Amino acid sequence: MTEVSTDPGGPQPGADPRAVTNALLHESGRASAEQMSELLDEDAVALDEVGTVSYLPVVARPELDGEIEPLEDPRRSDVDGWGRSEHMRSLVRRLYDPLYRHWFRVEWEGLDKIPTEGGALLIANHAGAIPADAPAIMHGIETELGRTVYGLADTFFRTLPGVGTMWSRAGGVPAHPDNAYRILHDEQQLALVFPEGTKATSKTYTDRYRLRRFGRGGFVEIAMRAGVPVIPIAVVGAEEAMPIVFRSTLMAKALNLPYFPITANSLLLGPLGYVTYFPAKFKLRVLDPITFDVEPNLERYSRSRLMDEAERVRSLLQDALHDMLRERRSVWFG
Amino acid sequence: MGSRILVTGLDTFWGGRMAQALEARPDVDMILGLGTNDPKVPLERTEFVRSDQRYSILNRIVRATQVDTIIHTFLETNSIAVSARMLHEINVIGTLNLLAAAGSSGSSVRHVVVKSSTHIYGAGSEDPAWFRETDARTSPVRTRLERSLIEVESLVRDFADDNPHLAVTVLRFANVLGTDIVTPISHNLRRRILPCIAGFDPLVQFVEEDDVVRSLEFVTTNRIPGTFNVAGTGKLPWSEVASFGGARLMPLPPVRPRAFASPLGRMGVIQFPPEMEGLLRYGRGVDTTALRAMGFDYRYTSSGTVHSFARANNLRRATGSTEPAYRYEQEVEQFFRHSPTVVRSSDS
Repeated sequence: MTEVSTDPGGPQPGADPRAVTNALLHESGRASAEQMSELLDEDAVALDEVGTVSYLPVVARPELDGEIEPLEDPRRSDVDGWGRSEHMRSLVRRLYDPLYRHWFRVEWEGLDKIPTEGGALLIANHAGAIPADAPAIMHGIETELGRTVYGLADTFFRTLPGVGTMWSRAGGVPAHPDNAYRILHDEQQLALVFPEGTKATSKTYTDRYRLRRFGRGGFVEIAMRAGVPVIPIAVVGAEEAMPIVFRSTLMAKALNLPYFPITANSLLLGPLGYVTYFPAKFKLRVLDPITFDVEPNLERYSRSRLMDEAERVRSLLQDALHDMLRERRSVWFG
Repeated sequence: MGSRILVTGLDTFWGGRMAQALEARPDVDMILGLGTNDPKVPLERTEFVRSDQRYSILNRIVRATQVDTIIHTFLETNSIAVSARMLHEINVIGTLNLLAAAGSSGSSVRHVVVKSSTHIYGAGSEDPAWFRETDARTSPVRTRLERSLIEVESLVRDFADDNPHLAVTVLRFANVLGTDIVTPISHNLRRRILPCIAGFDPLVQFVEEDDVVRSLEFVTTNRIPGTFNVAGTGKLPWSEVASFGGARLMPLPPVRPRAFASPLGRMGVIQFPPEMEGLLRYGRGVDTTALRAMGFDYRYTSSGTVHSFARANNLRRATGSTEPAYRYEQEVEQFFRHSPTVVRSSDS
């Protein structure tokens, strides 16, 4: 079972001296006077930095209470600060499991390369009109490793009634650099991103397994700042599960969608084709984690370094895909 | 010498509660409250001056009373309580005049505290899950409440730049719930009908009214300058708010929900101010580490706030009683404060 986050969802008070004080108090009953004054001195410095008007008689700060009770936090749902609900996740897992096992027959290679604790940024190639790769990766890691995975997706998802809420409860998070940083650094969790974005899912079948541009290297910057490794995952099978024959610009404009795909599934099955995948065999290969030898938590990283690293990760993933396709004998049986 | 504090909006929940809290502090020498109406809470030693919302007499008052701290709580954050013109007069023109008086030459003011709102961040699909104080909003400004608050904060920023010798504090409060304050959300929860937008269940934050007063008191007495978010820890889904409050969710269509809500609003079924639409679609979260790092402790989390509100609400419903309304009588108050026949504790 996946670990349920018991944190009420607030940002981790990492640099919060008061939280440290509380921890000290709870640990030893009472913090030593030295520890307390140390903390208070730190505060005083912080106050001066932001410009307390020092010539005024600053009123004594309220005494730190001896015992600070942890706040009462009654909840009626298990929705965390990102909108993920473990209850909903387990329901989705139950429903998705037959599809995962018997339809796509997902096979992993190198799953042990994903750390069992600590943050890591998972990246993968993205494909299919309605991509089947994200749920497969999240399901696989949650069931095999028992680790929570937050799937970062285009903010467009959020604007759709119903879909946005469902996606959020099932572990989806709007792709925002700050969100990714908090998940990876503050909460030390796994985050999954698709650096190609919708450029990959909107590509037609003729471009299958050709990686698109990896954005502007934003994912590298997030991993550097959060001080976590990037772990590429090569996915084979998602391209054939719902291949796009052509894109209708007219329909996309009319419906205000990023793209409107005419898929092979929909040509065969009509509207039902948008909810039915072909039973392509899924093979997932986890590549070696890539760590960056840079200082974390910097405001900015060299743009050229980011682009270089992004390109390096991209070619590693592309090579792995070619390698896997070379070994593949059948789209349906692997 | 203790501080001499001026509180605006004494007749509102914020100013009244603030003055009560300050009265209990021995290090506060004098509290002067401005209000357009009579105060609604009993006050012991606060002096009340009636003024219009533009504070035309403020310059004279500041000079005459030598106040060193101004707590500006009279900012309207409920756009359906007042007209558009009044909203502008209260928030923008009021703040403009207040700051002009505080910054005039020879002014004794050393610290200005302004109560703002997290409405300033708006609510949009591209928002981060937790806004920091330095983050800019991502969604366009659509409502006049947000526009007026943004204007107020820019006035305050200019004021802080022009007067570097003054401490300026801005507190941005998340949605407030509590036994006394009336907001559109608390109104709906009391009526047990909570509007929502069909297909959306956003995550929201709340701050308890006690924490509101305590945080204002905290930054005032410690003279902490800067801009800070104030909200209870954690977030909870809108549906959970309804569940705590025993309220029924009333789904509005995702397309043009306000068009459907406004007749219901006119009939008094629900309150649905324009700034609620974004919140009910995308929710809003603010990072509160900055104020906690200064040493402020919250008494309530977001869900704790909703829970305690719901309990107070249940009690109110069960007993059917409302607290005895306090009535301000000018002559009586003046008598107690200034008549030589009254034996005052400070004299003894």
